[in-house]
Amino acid sequence: MKYILKRGLSLFLTVVVAVYLTIVIANAGGYVDKIVETELRFNIATRFKDDPSFRNLSEEQQKELIESRFKHEMKRRGLDMPFPIRSMYHLRDAITLNLGRAMYMTSDGGSALVRNIILERLPVTVILFTTATVVNFFLHLFLGLRLSRKYGSFWDKLVIALSPTSVIPGWFYGIFLIMIFYSWLHILPAGGLVDYPPPSGTIPYFLSVLKHMILPLASWIIASLFLGIYQERTFFLIYSTEDYVEVAKAKGLTPRQIENRYLLKPALPPVITGFALSVISSWTGAIVTEAVFNWPGLGRVISQAISYFDAPVIVGVTVVYAYLLAITVLALDIIYAIVDPRMRIQG
Amino acid sequence: MKGQEIISEYSFKGILKEVLSYKAGVSALVILAFFGILIVYTVIALPYKETIALWNSSTAFLKNPRNAEPVWWSIFTRKKKPRNVELNMDINSANLTQEGNIFRGEVRRDFVYDYDDFPTEFNIFFNANYKKSSPIVRVYLVRPDGDKILLKEHTLRSQDDTLYLSNDFSLENKLDTYVRSKINEPIDFSITTTRALFMKYSNKLEVLKGSYSLILEAELGNKEDSLTADVVFYGSVYGIAGTDHLRRPIHIALLWGAPLDLSFGLGASLSITIIQLIIATISGWFSGLTDALIQRFTEVYMVLPFLPIMIMISLFYKLNLWSLLAVVVLLSIFGFGIKTTRALVLQVKTLPYIESAQTYGASNWRIIFLYIIPKILPPVIPGLVASVPVYVFLEAILSMFGVLDPTQPTWGKIIEDAFSNGALYKGYFYWVLIPSSLLILTAISFSLLGFVLDRIVNPKLKEL
Repeated sequence: MKYILKRGLSLFLTVVVAVYLTIVIANAGGYVDKIVETELRFNIATRFKDDPSFRNLSEEQQKELIESRFKHEMKRRGLDMPFPIRSMYHLRDAITLNLGRAMYMTSDGGSALVRNIILERLPVTVILFTTATVVNFFLHLFLGLRLSRKYGSFWDKLVIALSPTSVIPGWFYGIFLIMIFYSWLHILPAGGLVDYPPPSGTIPYFLSVLKHMILPLASWIIASLFLGIYQERTFFLIYSTEDYVEVAKAKGLTPRQIENRYLLKPALPPVITGFALSVISSWTGAIVTEAVFNWPGLGRVISQAISYFDAPVIVGVTVVYAYLLAITVLALDIIYAIVDPRMRIQG
Repeated sequence: MKGQEIISEYSFKGILKEVLSYKAGVSALVILAFFGILIVYTVIALPYKETIALWNSSTAFLKNPRNAEPVWWSIFTRKKKPRNVELNMDINSANLTQEGNIFRGEVRRDFVYDYDDFPTEFNIFFNANYKKSSPIVRVYLVRPDGDKILLKEHTLRSQDDTLYLSNDFSLENKLDTYVRSKINEPIDFSITTTRALFMKYSNKLEVLKGSYSLILEAELGNKEDSLTADVVFYGSVYGIAGTDHLRRPIHIALLWGAPLDLSFGLGASLSITIIQLIIATISGWFSGLTDALIQRFTEVYMVLPFLPIMIMISLFYKLNLWSLLAVVVLLSIFGFGIKTTRALVLQVKTLPYIESAQTYGASNWRIIFLYIIPKILPPVIPGLVASVPVYVFLEAILSMFGVLDPTQPTWGKIIEDAFSNGALYKGYFYWVLIPSSLLILTAISFSLLGFVLDRIVNPKLKEL
């Protein structure tokens, strides 16, 4: 518990630094300042509109008043300070996920707050890519274990020969899958989350989502299949030459018992490290895959924001991604501590 | 002395020999040699500046068909698709006859049309040289069945006038009535200009193959005036890689994509690996504060969302390929590689030869650059080679988002063009397939080479 707290704290500090770096990079072009100023001006202008006591002022006077209030407000919040101080205010906003207002985009619920836009799309991303990573993990583990038993067989050689195909990323396979199953065979949808119009009723809706998930999921599974199996198989092979495995064999334990007790257990930490890296890279890979498949998640938000040049959304998504990565790292640390007792003692 | 022995085993010749002993190594080298030749050819035959200017010019490819398939594509469709038919006609003092105040000229060009499909477009590009009155031209087409059709009578509006005959609605209407009166039966297809000109007059849509001729008559106001006309019946196939939505021959971009993509990939992976190597060695060698600082920095980099930041930077600051390369390197120098390399350094650090170097007073930097880095370089090389595709695909990813300099033709950019113009929905598969296969070939060859090098450097893997 103490270990987790410690890790959590140091990760939080890491996130703060990472977010700060993001802000510095974005603000070299003045984008973060602009986001904050737009937000302020918008708030002041709405307050003016809602206040009847300003109604009888001429437009000119109103504008002047708004401008002077805006300047005061900037001063009050310390936003007229030089960048190093000002950036601290930006940092506080970003860390508390106070990401400002989008310039053009709105969430499906109609909110223009960047936080709402992002939070609305996040689950959609998580559904697809958590499924993909988990399926991949168990597929590689299971097939790798099977293959390590049949070391040197035809299938073993085939997997080794095909492992360089994994250098091609999932979204790239996605293009081919769309070409085959949508453009050519017309049996699966090219992209999107559900049919249009969305079917009514929970079960048809769910089935429709499932149908749209097939191709993105398949592209991810194909992309990492052979290299994944190859790596796991190699881990297991390394451990299967250990003396204690020989002893276990000599004792007459069944292959299943040997696998569970003497192969899976020691191989788990490196396997989990591999899993950790794949989860982290999945957050990145998701962006492109979603763009290719029109999957309405976070990655799609980015590509939409690019086409609108919606700076607040882009900065916001980047900040949220930093959080996501940190949470992933923390979660894996916890799992690591559970499977590998050495970590707990060291930590 | 053990360290030196290990290093001397890795002579270039020795490595090449070992790589060639693997089938995978041979195929990787063959593919890479192919790209090498392609790059040398491109750089010599298509100078960069001119080619980029040509690629981005809006007028250079007017006479190319739009969205044409590669010539060899018809192997799959078994149809003889039309190529461009271009007729150049000259009217000048040599073939002018005087009639009162005006000078008449007539040119006739014959051509054989035996394709299975109709031309996609039909334009005439004029280039006239006149003093006072602009020339009047009349264009006729004579079909194999003897029909002579007046296509257009036209007074040139400028020196460089163009007749877009396939987009000319009055001509289309005229031909429609004409063809319907000839067939005299109800028909279930629409009649466009090019169909009307090249079809059999029957209720089935078929090309009338045979010898056609085009006749151009011109009336000029002066004896010194002259006129050239380029008549183009646009085909639907072009070159070895087809054309895109702006009529540009895709093979130009594919050719230049090779040096651009590969130098980006190689440049990125080479500089990142070497910088990481140096940082990791420094971190491992100077323990204490330097080490702690570098390690914390690596952790920050791990949660830095690489791709969103890349997208943000390239969008906000309008990067081209080379500034992108610099940013990628900056954002990757504290990457995960540092952790693994540092572990290696910590092992090497305890070796006796380092200790003896310290005893005779070698400086820290001498030990880092001359004793440690050469020792840990070999295990790092396979990773370097294998990571080239990662950066090639990164370029493709950023192109897919359209945040890179659009004037530089890379493979990713072509795929993005194809995507944003609906190539997958309209069936222009060649547009996606050819650049993708080049990307895949590159990726696989580097990854195979990395795989083989890994086995050479880590002989333990050979047994598994």
